[in-house]
Amino acid sequence: MDKPFAITLDVGTSRANKTGSWRTERAVYTNRMPPCNDACPAGEDIQSWLYEAEAGGDGYERAWRRIMDDNPFPAVMGRVCYHPCETACNRGQLDEAVGINSVERFVGDEAIRRGWTVSVDVPPTGQRVLVVGAGPSGLSAAYHLARRGHAVTIREAGPMAGGMMRFGIPRYRLSRDVLDAEVQRILDLGVELELDAKVTDLDTLRHDFDAVFLAVGAQLGRRAYIPAGSAAHVLDAVDLLRGVEEGERPLLGRRVAVYGGGNTAMDAARTARRLGASEAIVVYRRTQDRMPAHESELREAEDEGVLFKWLSTITQVDSGRLTIERMELDDSGFPQPTGELEELDADSLVLALGQETDLSLLDGVPGLVVQDGVVSVGADMMTGCPGVFAGGDMVPQERSVTVAIGHGKRAARHIDAWLSAEVPEPGVRPALATFDTLNTWYYSDAPRAHRPLLDRARRESSFDEVVLGHDEATALLEARRCLSCGNCFECDNCYGVCPDNAVIKLDQPGERYLIDLDYCKGCGICVAECPSGAIQMFPEQV
Amino acid sequence: MAFQEIKLYQTGTFVAGNRLLDPDQRSVQARTGRSNTLTSGHRACRGCGEALGARYVLDAAMRATDGRLVAVNSTGCLEVFSTPYPESSWQLPWLHSLFGNGPAVAAGVAAALKARGLDDVRVVGQAGDGGTVDIGFGCLSGMFERNDDVLFVCYDNEGYMNTGVQRSGATPPAASTANTKALGDQPGNVFGQGKSVPLIAMAHEIPYVATATVAELRDLEAKVEKAMTFRGARYLHVFVPCPLGWGADSADTIRLARLAKESGIFPVFEAEAGEVTAVSRIRRQVPVEDYLRPQRRYAHLFGDHPRPDLVARIQDRADRNIARFGLLPEGDE
Repeated sequence: MDKPFAITLDVGTSRANKTGSWRTERAVYTNRMPPCNDACPAGEDIQSWLYEAEAGGDGYERAWRRIMDDNPFPAVMGRVCYHPCETACNRGQLDEAVGINSVERFVGDEAIRRGWTVSVDVPPTGQRVLVVGAGPSGLSAAYHLARRGHAVTIREAGPMAGGMMRFGIPRYRLSRDVLDAEVQRILDLGVELELDAKVTDLDTLRHDFDAVFLAVGAQLGRRAYIPAGSAAHVLDAVDLLRGVEEGERPLLGRRVAVYGGGNTAMDAARTARRLGASEAIVVYRRTQDRMPAHESELREAEDEGVLFKWLSTITQVDSGRLTIERMELDDSGFPQPTGELEELDADSLVLALGQETDLSLLDGVPGLVVQDGVVSVGADMMTGCPGVFAGGDMVPQERSVTVAIGHGKRAARHIDAWLSAEVPEPGVRPALATFDTLNTWYYSDAPRAHRPLLDRARRESSFDEVVLGHDEATALLEARRCLSCGNCFECDNCYGVCPDNAVIKLDQPGERYLIDLDYCKGCGICVAECPSGAIQMFPEQV
Repeated sequence: MAFQEIKLYQTGTFVAGNRLLDPDQRSVQARTGRSNTLTSGHRACRGCGEALGARYVLDAAMRATDGRLVAVNSTGCLEVFSTPYPESSWQLPWLHSLFGNGPAVAAGVAAALKARGLDDVRVVGQAGDGGTVDIGFGCLSGMFERNDDVLFVCYDNEGYMNTGVQRSGATPPAASTANTKALGDQPGNVFGQGKSVPLIAMAHEIPYVATATVAELRDLEAKVEKAMTFRGARYLHVFVPCPLGWGADSADTIRLARLAKESGIFPVFEAEAGEVTAVSRIRRQVPVEDYLRPQRRYAHLFGDHPRPDLVARIQDRADRNIARFGLLPEGDE
């Protein structure tokens, strides 16, 4: 008995008392689907590459590689994508959406500046895939197929690769140096590109390959019947943009009217201004809020002095003059003619009424279904003809570069599976990380940084890029505005706030945390105080 | 504010750590090497704010003193749930005597250390609000008045929770407790009683007085660290929600502390030698109702027979704090 007076038991630690037995619910680290990822037509894992970029330094390259897993055009995307991710961004409900697109551009430009490349890390499969069309969708598919070890040949009808990225999107929105660099990186993977090699008879050619991906796009301007005088100068927006890209300086006159309300109409009007038109006026049959053009394009066009005539259709074109009829929206929002006519001075009229696909190459391909001028495909992007897949503007979906790139990626995945006779694992889509799953208290107040724009004077006289990039400090700050919705970003809050020391912080970066179930009482404070909603409570099995 | 603001976006000052921060910019609680002065296995209720507050305070004090620290505890929840004989959750020298004499014992320990020449060993006294504002109040005032070298910490959960949720001198008006039932035309605790020990401590003109909540970890840690730079009597009053006694969800402990501060119900400030030197301003102001509604002790103010008049009186108290301490966000005064 060497214990002190009145002491009969040895001192013990309370760790002998396993309070985990009190628990009725268990905290589990989970990953929810961030709304940006959910909205990305190219299937980028945006939250994850922003997470890498937030580290700065080496993180930019890791971020770039994460983007490249899904999309071979980060620098192009950072210029021309209409960023549905930003529309979906939860931070939009807090102050203003994260400038995801500007960070993507910074990372993409860094890759070009520093010469980062990707490689094919699998042995050749020996299988040959034909890609028809070197637009965004075809290049994206070629890239993903090449990285999976397939031998890819692209046949392109035009003189250069890029498709609508080159012949539809003007230089002032996408610098050709950037486009060339990102296309070259794909070709450097061993993708064979045949230019001026229009495919006319697919049914014969397809037998030389193990699979085919069709991505010929939609480059025929849709026509509308408008009575026109003999001296009327009418041309097509698609032809105008293509001509300018090929070095032509079409004579449009002093006053140019553009008919249509889409992005191509904006591009045609802005191009006309740059070609010397003192007045470019967009004529559209509905109202501003119903026009399909993206808001940023509309804003930039307005900045450049493009004029707009809403609720108007063109009924007659004469030399130097258009006849316009006023429209009214009916109850269903459809424009109806009013019979009121007016005249508008215009030296030329550019039609931007949508585009159609030239599908003549498909004649004779068995099983292939064409409906409303586009090719029907399944969820796996395969047409009715086994082994022939299609994507981009020639299939029925929204037409944008990003959607096309997404099609290329999805098609590549299914072509790869089809070639190896496997069923691809269905992608798991976790529940959406909605705004109410976040604890926004913990995020710093941080106003958004917007990209600078080129001086207006230079925008009216040159094809220099209008939207400029962020410097590193600004891009980093913008990346760090990310809320990391639904995914742990290692803020240590759960470790800090547990009243029972039941969260174990692992030592290695990236290993994150574990719940110590011996002591976790299931109070749920870690769940409530996780900024990004990356922990959830689940009932214990009783 | 007392702490240096972290100019790092995504998260900054408000979370415990952040992978992007230099290790020395992280809070003590974000470090794997923290002392865990109050370790696992203690018998505090789920979501206990006091257990959390005690670890926050003592871990920060351990870091500030290089681990040369003694804690003296008055009777209360904290003492009971941490030391059922023969187990202890404490990972530092820890002493308990009686309910009412905590500050006196702490003063005695400080005197003994001084007599032995152990000037580098510092003393923290701690108690709940019962042990501080009521039962130990005489000893506490004496400790202040003699300027004994002790940091005394009150974990304020606004009642005697350990004995079955009875009213203390820190219980707010209208709150229902075991002996201030939600009955009659003035249900719950009466208006116009109780006391603010932080203000009383300031009246003693001791070197340092501060208030804090478990919702603002960095602020709390900075105040502990600052308190340890002074010699003499110091007082820290930490607001610690009690899920059991307040009838709140165990997951809401930190949220309630945050709402108490953001509504102005609980003013967070610092004072030196009797003068207020800094306040934590409100960041996202909320009406007191947001703070009251999640708590069952205020359920009689809402529901079928609501008492908006009493809610308004509580709002008046919050507004008085806001005016008195200047708590509105910068630019909003």
